[in-house]
Amino acid sequence: MKTKAEELAELQREISVSEFFEKNRHLLGFDNPIRALGTTVRELVDNSLDATEEMRILPEVNVEIKQLSETRFDVIVVDNGPGVVKEQIPYVFAKLLYGSKFGVNKQSRGIQGIGVSASVLYGQLTTGKAAKIISKIGKNKPAHYYELKIDINKNEPVIVKDQIVDFRQDHGTKVEIELEGKYQKGKQSVDEYLKQVAIANPHVEIIYINPLKEKIVFKRAVEKLPKESKKIKPHPYGVEIGVLMRMLALSKAKTLSGFLSNEFSRVSSKLAKDICQKANIKPDIKPKLVTHDETERLIKAIKETKISSPSLDCLSPIGEKAIIEGLKKEIKGDFYTAITRRPSVYRGFPFQVEVGLIFGGELSGDELIRMIRLANKVPLQYQQSACAITKSIINISWRNYGLSQSKGALPEGAVLLMVHIASVWVPFTSEAKEAIAHYPEIIKQIKLALQDIGRRLGGYIRKTVRAKEQKERASLFERYIPEVASSLSVLSGEKKNKIEEQLKKILKKSLKEILQDIPDGDKTDIKKEDSKKLEKEKQATLV
Amino acid sequence: MAKKEKSDTKKELQEFGRDIVKQIDKGKNPEIEFALRNLSNIVFDKKTGTLKLGDKKGSRTFFNVAHAKKFLQTVEVASVIKKELLDSGKHEHLRGVFYMTKRTIPGTNVNVVDEQSESDHALEDLEVITGLSREQLHVSANKMGSMVGNVILVDSGDTIECSKLGRGGYSIPSITDELTFKKVNAKYVLYMEKASTFERLVEDKFWLKNNALLVTSQGQTTRGIRRLLQRLSEEKKLPIYVLTDFDCWGLYIYSVIRYGSIALAHASERLTIPGVKFLGITADDVLKYGLKKHLIKLNDQDLARIKQVSEYEWFKDNKDWQRQLKMMKEFNGKVEIQALTARGISFISDTYLPEKIRKKEFLD
Repeated sequence: MKTKAEELAELQREISVSEFFEKNRHLLGFDNPIRALGTTVRELVDNSLDATEEMRILPEVNVEIKQLSETRFDVIVVDNGPGVVKEQIPYVFAKLLYGSKFGVNKQSRGIQGIGVSASVLYGQLTTGKAAKIISKIGKNKPAHYYELKIDINKNEPVIVKDQIVDFRQDHGTKVEIELEGKYQKGKQSVDEYLKQVAIANPHVEIIYINPLKEKIVFKRAVEKLPKESKKIKPHPYGVEIGVLMRMLALSKAKTLSGFLSNEFSRVSSKLAKDICQKANIKPDIKPKLVTHDETERLIKAIKETKISSPSLDCLSPIGEKAIIEGLKKEIKGDFYTAITRRPSVYRGFPFQVEVGLIFGGELSGDELIRMIRLANKVPLQYQQSACAITKSIINISWRNYGLSQSKGALPEGAVLLMVHIASVWVPFTSEAKEAIAHYPEIIKQIKLALQDIGRRLGGYIRKTVRAKEQKERASLFERYIPEVASSLSVLSGEKKNKIEEQLKKILKKSLKEILQDIPDGDKTDIKKEDSKKLEKEKQATLV
Repeated sequence: MAKKEKSDTKKELQEFGRDIVKQIDKGKNPEIEFALRNLSNIVFDKKTGTLKLGDKKGSRTFFNVAHAKKFLQTVEVASVIKKELLDSGKHEHLRGVFYMTKRTIPGTNVNVVDEQSESDHALEDLEVITGLSREQLHVSANKMGSMVGNVILVDSGDTIECSKLGRGGYSIPSITDELTFKKVNAKYVLYMEKASTFERLVEDKFWLKNNALLVTSQGQTTRGIRRLLQRLSEEKKLPIYVLTDFDCWGLYIYSVIRYGSIALAHASERLTIPGVKFLGITADDVLKYGLKKHLIKLNDQDLARIKQVSEYEWFKDNKDWQRQLKMMKEFNGKVEIQALTARGISFISDTYLPEKIRKKEFLD
């Protein structure tokens, strides 16, 4: 007879990541058919761009979404990246949480998603179809074609087909996933997502065919890759207890002080010993033997120790010039400007804020401003109101810069505002990873960037408004001329045309002078005080 | 200024237009120059005893952001008057002039004038610029006056006996320049501020018993009435007596008739009457006729006005007037003409006026 505990033990089993995903797809961006389609495109495109940039070549990405039936779509993404070695193809595409970027302290797009395998799994769950992959890693290398599924219980790849095919490029990857989804236009559409990607990554060329068979080409505007982001070791200020415990358990270092100085940036062996001393732990203890209590003391000691900021050159901002190029090529405006702020640090993580702005042109002036939010060059399309970027924009008084704004709302006006946060670790408010968390240091940097760009906007608006006013004045004179001429003609008996022509000549000749005249009030106007008196006396004396 | 004929008026306006066109022909930014009409340019001419415009000149140029519209308004008003009034010989009210000039400039949302005050102002400018009076320009204002007495006059060809028009009397037109006096039998003119006093005197046949010419304008003295009074004084040598409330507003009514007003200083010569006498009500009347119990307490506005009036250059050195104002302040009160009815409904006709005139109790 089995005990109850034994019975329960038999029922308990390890829940695989894949199974977990199946039950919690909403956490990962697959909560409805519209988002599922978007997330799939996003995972594939982000992967392609990261891989291509890593190879230091200019990315060219083909995206096609075919509508197979009312709810079924085929997403095909082809890139000119380095490809994936044959042995790894099944794992990269058909095993969850398998990847080269996970846990690496480096600015990249991919760390945001759970990986392309999530999309493969989603497609498999909704259509039962395998994902189709072609990968080629070099000119004289074969192109491998795989059809892959995921074993949901084991989180292991299932190879349905494995063969060598023709692939008409030297290197690159083609991924095709069939899935249940829904296509729509608008603010949160795939079309808009790709447009924003094109803006934030002007060095990328994207050729896109949407389900309506419209071909949209986002042309490359910059022939230079952005600065390469560098891997850096984590900074002690950013480490949390769980992570520290795992690092301690996995460490190959012989002593705790050695562990601290080897695994973290900006920790010298002397500083490592100081930290151990503060935490009241022997510096030469084996990392594996550090207890939970001691780990907590260690975290506290780190916080109390002054450690210099992490190196800041690991980031890869878009750059002011590229931001402007990106905006220019996709959206017509009258005025473009961009700011890349100096890198800064929150909780030990380097980060950098960039802001781009367009005024006028095709943008409509009588609605809320348009906004593009980016994290590591990836557009954020959801949870706008929860985002630190939105909050920062709302908290600035845009009236000072020539826009109208209701209290607690985004400003109104013909403006597009792009805000980019680049970081080795972008803090999101939730697992959905669509809104930046409200760290004071990040908000401060966004605010400074926005104020700076606001001043530029205000200056431009003032200048153009002034120019417009001058133009209006000049045209007012033009309108007055026929009136004055006709009155003078009645009075003097001279011909109206003659007077009119002559007045036009005078206006043309001295236009500049006339417009420079700052209106200092009519010389014949009566001074305020006097006019009041006069008014009174008029009342008393005059009809 | 001598009265100009219609053709002169037209010529004057033509000159005005030609002068501007000449400047334009020379390629100059056209400029209109005229005497400033603000308080700083009002001069009290001791010799004539009238207010006049000083030497300060203002100018208005067309190609100037701040002046352009006013420049347009001035020439527009001038041209409307020439074309619509002078050429046809018709007269129009200030309100009509406003509507004749009010229109939207093609291609803009700007009106030549938005309010009557703008066309009125342009017209006053035109008076100063050309030296022509509003009346000469055929523009009239509200008529607000009546006249009863032994006078026969001709108005637009109609012969009018001002003694045979009942209780209402002759309604004085806005423009009185063109009236001709056929027969004037009255001995003096009594001009009064209050229409109700006028009615009282008409009912009492005061004008008949005393052979007076009664004139009222219901408060403010219009230009038409001022001109009429001046003509009666100058052409018919009639004494003019002014009867107002005992307050500084009443006093100012007299002041305007006697010395002229700030707003119309440019027209003083045609409007002021140096020989006009102030009959009452005076501070002495208040004492003599026991009106003290009918005093109305002075308010802040009254006190401020007393100070203002007493500092006017033409009252500053006038001991009689300074005394009146001083007493008004001491009473801390003012009195209406009608207060006399407390002594009897016809006290004013039977006693007050005859006595004052007989004893020549006037101020000037």
